[in-house]
Amino acid sequence: MQTRESSARAIQHSDHGTPLRATVIWVVLIAATIVTWSMGENGSSGPAVVGLLFAIAFGKGAMIILDYMALRRAPLMWPLLALGWMTLVCALIGIAYWKGLAA
Amino acid sequence: MNTCAQTLVSLPSRSAAACDSPARRLPGDLAIWFFILAELLAFGAFFIAYAFARANNVELFNEQQLALDRNAGAINTILLLTSSYFVVRAVQAAEGGQGRRAATWIAGGFACGAGFIVVKLFEYAAKFAAGVSLSSSTFHMFYLVLTSFHFMHVILGLVILAALWNNARKGRYGPGNMNGIETGAAYWHMVDLVWLILFPLVYVMR
Repeated sequence: MQTRESSARAIQHSDHGTPLRATVIWVVLIAATIVTWSMGENGSSGPAVVGLLFAIAFGKGAMIILDYMALRRAPLMWPLLALGWMTLVCALIGIAYWKGLAA
Repeated sequence: MNTCAQTLVSLPSRSAAACDSPARRLPGDLAIWFFILAELLAFGAFFIAYAFARANNVELFNEQQLALDRNAGAINTILLLTSSYFVVRAVQAAEGGQGRRAATWIAGGFACGAGFIVVKLFEYAAKFAAGVSLSSSTFHMFYLVLTSFHFMHVILGLVILAALWNNARKGRYGPGNMNGIETGAAYWHMVDLVWLILFPLVYVMR
C-alpha cells in the first residue's frame, strides 16, 4: 500500500512546475523588461545604473535557468554551471564598464 | 518518465521511501545540455569582447548606440519571453498527459519567435538604409555580428519548434515520452537567455 501511494506521488510530481508559477514568472520578466527599456529611453548612465541593469538581467536569467529550463530540479552541477556563466559574464561586463570609466 | 517512477516500476519494494523526494533529473537529452553550454561560452566570449572593445571607444559606442531602435529591442525581448512562456506551458501540458494541447502552446511560441524575426528584419532594413555595415564602425561591426549570430539561433530554434509542433499534434508527447519536447524546449530557452544579456548590453548600457 505504501509502495502504491509513493508511486502515485512520484508520477504526479512535476519536473516543470505549475502553470500558475510559470505565469507569475512571465509577468515579472515582462515588468523587468519594461524597467530595462525605460532606463534606455531615459539615457540613464553611470555605475549605479549599469549595476542595476545587470542585476535585473541576472535575475531574469536566473528565472529562465531555474524555472523555464527546469534546472532547479536537475543535478546541482547544471544549475551551477548556467548560473556561473551568468555571473562570470555579468562580472566581466562590469569590469569592462569600469575600465571604460577610467579611460 | 520520472527517474523515481522508473525505479519504482523495476524495484517497487525497495525504493518507495527514497522516492518521497523525487530524484534530481536533467530534462531532455544530455547532449543538448553540452551543446547549450558550448553556445553559452560562444555568446559569452562575444559579450565580453564587446564590453572590452567599448571600454576603449566609449564615446563612439555611446553616440552610435543612441541611433539603435530600443523599442524594437524591447518588443523583441517581450516576444522571446512570451514565446519561452508558451513553450513552458507546452511542456507542462505534455507532462500532464495533454500531448495534443501542447501543440497549440508550441504554435503560440512559434508565432512569437516568427514575430521576433519580422521585427528584426525591419530593424536591419532601417539600419542598412542608413548606411550601417560591418565596416562602418567598430560599434556597428559588433552590433551586426552579435545580433545576426543570435538571429541565426532564433531561426534554428524555430525549425526545432516546428518539429516539436508536428510531433505534438500527432500526440507523440506525454508523461512517458518527454525527452523530445524537453530537449527542444531547453534549446529555445537558451536562445531567450542570451538575448536577456544582449539587449541591455548593446541597446541600453551607456
